[in-house]
Formats: sequence, C-alpha cells, structure tokens
Amino acid sequence: MADRKIRVLIAKPGLDGHDRGAKVIARALRDAGMEVVYTGIRQTPEMIAEAALHEDVDVVGMSILSGAHMALFPRVMELLRENDMGDVLVVTGGIIPDEDVPALNEMGIQGIFGPGTSTDEIVDFIRENIA
Amino acid sequence: MIDQLVEQVLAGRRRAVARAISLVEDGGSEARAALAALHPHTGRAHIIGVTGPPGSGKSTLVNALALYFRRTPTEPQPTVAIIAVDPTSPFSGGAILGDRIRMRDLAGDRGIFIRSMASRGNLGGLAWATADAVKVLDAAGYDLVIVETVGAGQAEVDIARTAHTTVVVEVPGLGDDIQAIKAGILEIADIFAVNKADLEGADHAVMALRMMLDLNTGGGHTVMHHGRLMTAVAETEEMDEENRWRPTIHMTVATRREGIDELAEAILAHRAHLERSGELARRERERAAAELEMIVQHESLRQVLDRTDQARLSLLIDRIIRRELDPYTASLRLLHHE
Repeated sequence: MADRKIRVLIAKPGLDGHDRGAKVIARALRDAGMEVVYTGIRQTPEMIAEAALHEDVDVVGMSILSGAHMALFPRVMELLRENDMGDVLVVTGGIIPDEDVPALNEMGIQGIFGPGTSTDEIVDFIRENIA
Repeated sequence: MIDQLVEQVLAGRRRAVARAISLVEDGGSEARAALAALHPHTGRAHIIGVTGPPGSGKSTLVNALALYFRRTPTEPQPTVAIIAVDPTSPFSGGAILGDRIRMRDLAGDRGIFIRSMASRGNLGGLAWATADAVKVLDAAGYDLVIVETVGAGQAEVDIARTAHTTVVVEVPGLGDDIQAIKAGILEIADIFAVNKADLEGADHAVMALRMMLDLNTGGGHTVMHHGRLMTAVAETEEMDEENRWRPTIHMTVATRREGIDELAEAILAHRAHLERSGELARRERERAAAELEMIVQHESLRQVLDRTDQARLSLLIDRIIRRELDPYTASLRLLHHE
C-alpha cells in the first residue's frame, strides 16, 4: 500500500435537519488527513449502507439528534453485514441517552460521542480502532 | 487474493468493485497486477466527462443524466457508474467529498454505482487513479461511466484524455471576462450545457458560445500535454465537413430536470458519430499513447527516487541552491545514475 488514506462516511439518518455537528466533524476529519464522504441530511439506513458499500469506507459516522437512533441503527448494522461490511467501524454522535449505550455497543457500535466531545478525541478513536 | 478480487469484479460484484477502486487509488504492485488482469476486459463502456466551474451544477446535472439513462425506454437499460472527483486539501491531505449530496435520487438503484474520489494532489481536474478506476468499472460491465471533474477553470483538461464525450457545463451571468477563462476548457467540449438556464443571461451565454464555435475553422481540437500540444481529436484532412462534429449547445435547468433529455440524446448522438466516423478508434489510440507516456513518466520517477539515497539527493539539492550545479545537469545525473 503506497498511500493508504482513511475513508469515512458521514451521514445524518432520519428526519432532523440539524447538520452543523456533522459538518464540524467532517471538517475535523478532513483536517486530520482523512477522506470524508459527506452525504447530507435525511438518509435512510438503505442509503447509508449503499453509500458505505460504493465508497469502500473504513468508518461510518452517523449524527443523530432526533431520538430515532434505536429504530434506525439496528437496520443500518444489519444492512452493512448483508453487504459483507460487518468489519466497518461504526461511530455515532449527537443526542444519545446514556441508557441506550449498552444496547448500541451490543449492536457493534463502538464510539458514541455526545455533546462536548473534542474533535481530537474522535480523530484518535478512529485512528486506533480501524481494522 | 488479487485473482479472486478480479474474478469478482468481472462478475460485477459491487463490494469487489469498490475494493478494487480503493486498491488502484492506493497504487502499488497489487494494483498494477489487478489492472493488468482487468485490461483485456475493458473498452466496452462509453465514458462521459462532465466538467465546468465550481457551483455550475455538475453533480446535479450528472444526477439528472443518470436518472434519464436509467429510465430510457430502450431495452436493456444501460447501467451507469459515476466517479465524482473533489479536491484534496494541500495542507492536511484530507478531503470532503460532497458530490453524493446532489445524487440522492439515484439511491437504491442497483444499476447505478457512485464513487467519490479525492484528487490527491493531481492538478488536471482528475485524480491520478481516475482513469484506472474507470477501467475497473468498465471491466465490471457498466455501460456508461460518467466522470465528474473537480470544479474546473482553465487548465483542467485531463478529462478530454479520459472521456469519449466531454460535456462542458457553463452558467449564465459570468460576464464578458469569462472569455479569457474560456480559452482552455471550452476547446475540449464535444457538448455544452448552459445550466441554470432559468437565470438572466442564459441567451447571452448561448450566443457567446455559438459565436466562439463559428470562429473555429476546424483542424482538430488540441490539448496541452506536459507542455506540448497533442491532438485530442485527431481529425484528418480527408475528414469532410459532414463527418466533423460540431459541438452542440443545450440549455438545462438540472434541478428541475429541464433540457436533460436533449442533452442525454446529444451524448448518445456523439457516441454514434464517433463510431460512424472512425473517430472512436483514433481517440482510443491517442488515449493509449497519452496513458503510456504518463505511466512511463511516473514509473521512471519512482524508479529513480527508489534507487537514489536520501543523502545523495540532499547533496544535489544543496549544490543547486549554492549555484554549483544547475537542475538540468543534476536531473541527468540522477537519470543516468552517475
């Protein structure tokens, strides 16, 4: 591998349109030298899994503030596995109540970053955890 | 491992296609092996280039074109692959690839494959690996491959060497000073799309393009290649007026999908023209020659740098700065391993 870049998909699943957080993260990852595929708001689990497949990303990052994560994330994980992408690192941020964290971990979502997380922390987490 | 990947690409498996594109992007010996195995299976797809200034609506236009091709009544409907190139940051080496945002209408169609690509320091409007990624998609059986360049101004004419049909997107209202900018990129167009044609000045933009085309006296389109002119469209003298393609101009409003059918049909008509006139074979030859030259250049640089130790290189650079040695002589010494 002459020049291996970390590729990340940043998506906003569900119906909330608050994409400032997602854009801040995308920018921070870009500044950390990663290639960030930004798909924008109102993504269905099908769209996210398809984009991850086409783009051959190492990481899928989902930003969600609507509270629909427990409804949408299991489907994303299922579709990723169907596409033979079960080894992709999945991280999330936004508004995720603490009591949901164990269930999300159980699903295979490792990095869960709430408000106030520094972007450096997220960059480090990705670098340490990609396959 | 590579054999298996190649086999799966040829079978059109999307996971393998995506992985193979990453492989050729990263380069190296495995990438070269994969491309060597895929090469005999390429040459079937029609490659469409879409270029134009930033914000002219290239991604939205590509979205609308792909949608049109996928909904044509002709059976079987062509499958469409898209490569959308965005710039890499010269500071961090990272990139934000945002062209997919405009292509959400295409989601869920298994006959469409969209890949975002960072330019990774290449300056011609494409990434170094774009042509190789096109080969992967061609070998995987996609009928049409649409390549969208980074927002381009003047010198980003690499697309003319990669595509069979080059669509240059213009927008109204850029004013008369656009004429100067037009010099480079307008010469490579087979087809013009004046997008955002609902804005004031669209008629004027069309007229300016038409006038420019009227001034063309033929003699073939040329593009600069490493500082020398090379023929992009090798039109020969025996090619009569009837056989010569005159670039067509189309008004579009991509967000409302207006004018898209006409633009798409013009692309297909250009393909038919290339086949009928023998131009396709000539372009293929030009493309192969340019590609070979680029690879030789890249490879020789790599080989020279690989065998030169850092201390020696550093010493040569010091001597150039001290004016004891000029860079031409220094480069010859590196090349001849003196």
